[in-house]
Amino acid sequence: MVAQKDDLLFGLAPRPVHCGYDLTIGAGQVFPEINFTLPQIDINPGTWSQIRNQYQTMIREICQRAVELYCPGLVVEFELLPPMTLNPHWGAEITEILKATLDHYYNKEGLRSALRVTPVDVREYIRPPKMRSGPWLEKVLDSFKLCAQAGADLLAIESTGGKEVHDEMLVAGDLRGIIFALGVLGVRDMEFLWKQIVEIAGQNKKIASGDSACGFANTAMVLAEKKMIPKVLAAVVRSASIVRSVVAYWQGAVGPSKDCAYEGPFIKAITGAPISMEGKSSACAHLSPLGNIAAACCDLWSNESVQNVRLLSASAPVVSLEQLVYDCRLMNQALKEGKPAALLLQKLLSRSDAGHDPQAYILQPEIVLTICKKLIQGTTPYQMVLAAVDATLDVLRSAVKEKEILLSVLELRWLDMLAAQRELIPEDETQLLEEIIASSGEIKFDMKEYGL
Amino acid sequence: MSLVQEIKELVIKGHIHTQSKYPSDLEGKPGVEETVRQAIEQKMEIATILRQGLIAGMDVVGEKFSKGEYFVPEMLFSAKAMKAGLAILRPHMSDKETLTVGKVIIGTVQGDMHDIGKNLVGMMLEGAGFEVIDMGINTSPEKFLEAAQQHPGAIVGMSALLTITMEKMKDVVDLLKSKGSRNKVMIGGAPVTQNFASQIGADGYASDASQAVMKAKELLGIKQ
Repeated sequence: MVAQKDDLLFGLAPRPVHCGYDLTIGAGQVFPEINFTLPQIDINPGTWSQIRNQYQTMIREICQRAVELYCPGLVVEFELLPPMTLNPHWGAEITEILKATLDHYYNKEGLRSALRVTPVDVREYIRPPKMRSGPWLEKVLDSFKLCAQAGADLLAIESTGGKEVHDEMLVAGDLRGIIFALGVLGVRDMEFLWKQIVEIAGQNKKIASGDSACGFANTAMVLAEKKMIPKVLAAVVRSASIVRSVVAYWQGAVGPSKDCAYEGPFIKAITGAPISMEGKSSACAHLSPLGNIAAACCDLWSNESVQNVRLLSASAPVVSLEQLVYDCRLMNQALKEGKPAALLLQKLLSRSDAGHDPQAYILQPEIVLTICKKLIQGTTPYQMVLAAVDATLDVLRSAVKEKEILLSVLELRWLDMLAAQRELIPEDETQLLEEIIASSGEIKFDMKEYGL
Repeated sequence: MSLVQEIKELVIKGHIHTQSKYPSDLEGKPGVEETVRQAIEQKMEIATILRQGLIAGMDVVGEKFSKGEYFVPEMLFSAKAMKAGLAILRPHMSDKETLTVGKVIIGTVQGDMHDIGKNLVGMMLEGAGFEVIDMGINTSPEKFLEAAQQHPGAIVGMSALLTITMEKMKDVVDLLKSKGSRNKVMIGGAPVTQNFASQIGADGYASDASQAVMKAKELLGIKQ
């Protein structure tokens, strides 16, 4: 585990990853990670040719601009839209197109790059989801195989094991159900899925990069931004989701983590893997209270996703790329000036957001380490989840007391309610499972889909 | 405080029955269930219990949510309390009386798996006295049509979270029109706008769950 706060810094990871066209992530530079997607369009065989052309144009324009801006390297992420995961050969076709252009720009212009491919977890297409077998799982695995063969360097996914329970429990503010979804179901699904992703990556000589608790903690974050759930609850969910994301690395993933994994700093602290993060740069995709602090420990800086629409200056993907390049340039200059300069920039990024939202507060590097130190004392994943939740509640209560963060009366009431709920959650995972089963269908899930 | 006002207050606070632990200050005290039973025993009009007690309580809850005084979990507790009260009223309804102010069919469109927003809309609509027919996620235009034909007069409510799936809303609108359906159509979801709703011929658009209730009432000509 990273021992010192000053070692949890952007651009530097204990275990850098070398990939793609001569790109090493986490070895002293921050690179942009650009993700682009289609505008409003129906994806079908009739529109497929137009869609191929769009991707071709986007990648060419992005690479050209990257060269013009002297970008030292970039990661391109291709997130397969649902129809492309359901028709894996479509995903492979686009992968080929993107890789061919990256190949051209590496050979012609020396632009270092890597291609990350992220299928959709279509297992949740039916409810209750079939997590361990069936055509949906096959589509996901086929997408990985075909895209790896078509040129993907990094394989990733935003997996959803436990989401069918988590979604309900989240809007109900039910901490017991949330911990069950993440610490019992989610962890098991991550073990199952990532074992297979790592195997596919190995067979194809590609890199199993990472996952994200997007469907859990980012759902919470967005709901909190819309004032539907408390921010303190969203912060606790973020902490509770750390362990399930780390499971990918225990199964053999090496990073970089997915950009939307805001739990990235915790992942980096525990595993040493490089991380991708997104903040203000991803406002084109979703709003967040983490615009600056998200960069504090990043090794890749991402825009999450931007639609291919024309803005005044250029296409939105090109505009987004430019914004990322400049942000990375600033961070890399700070690194070049020496550690004190980099730490100062990190402090500014961190402190400018920390006092405004509990989700930002817990992403401060020193707080990340505080929570991680408690987390790793757990002897099982479930115990680690409980430890992370306890540490987060303690940290937030202390922050309120020290006036480091101001919370509304409603948010303070929820901090107390969550603490009261936590006291009723058993320390033993088996006991929690028995309670859930005995609750007569209050929480609906299929045990065998999680190996229970 | 009259019994019906008590019922309203208990719905607002989300206290279902005596053993309910929520809210903590009311644990051990009568909840909606006990108080509704008491009101029935005292021969209070069912419609009064429903509209001035249960629904009125949820109206206040909706306002509190809009003002930022309640989060969704608090609303859910209130909705559960309201449903518990409704379950007790139901056997006492005559054939002519109706517990519902209208029907809404809701579903996430084909190819879209997101349902939190849809579920919140469903919850708010039920709380406002609507009967909700939930089609779930990934609902094909044909399934929406089938539901509309089974429930003429129901609003068809569609949700989408992806720009590539919102196009399916037009397919549903076109299919309903081509089959002579007179069901009103309402749409919502993160990428959806009023402009889009107008373009595809939907009757209404709502930006959030609260607005969905107001729009549903407007579309069915129900007084707000």
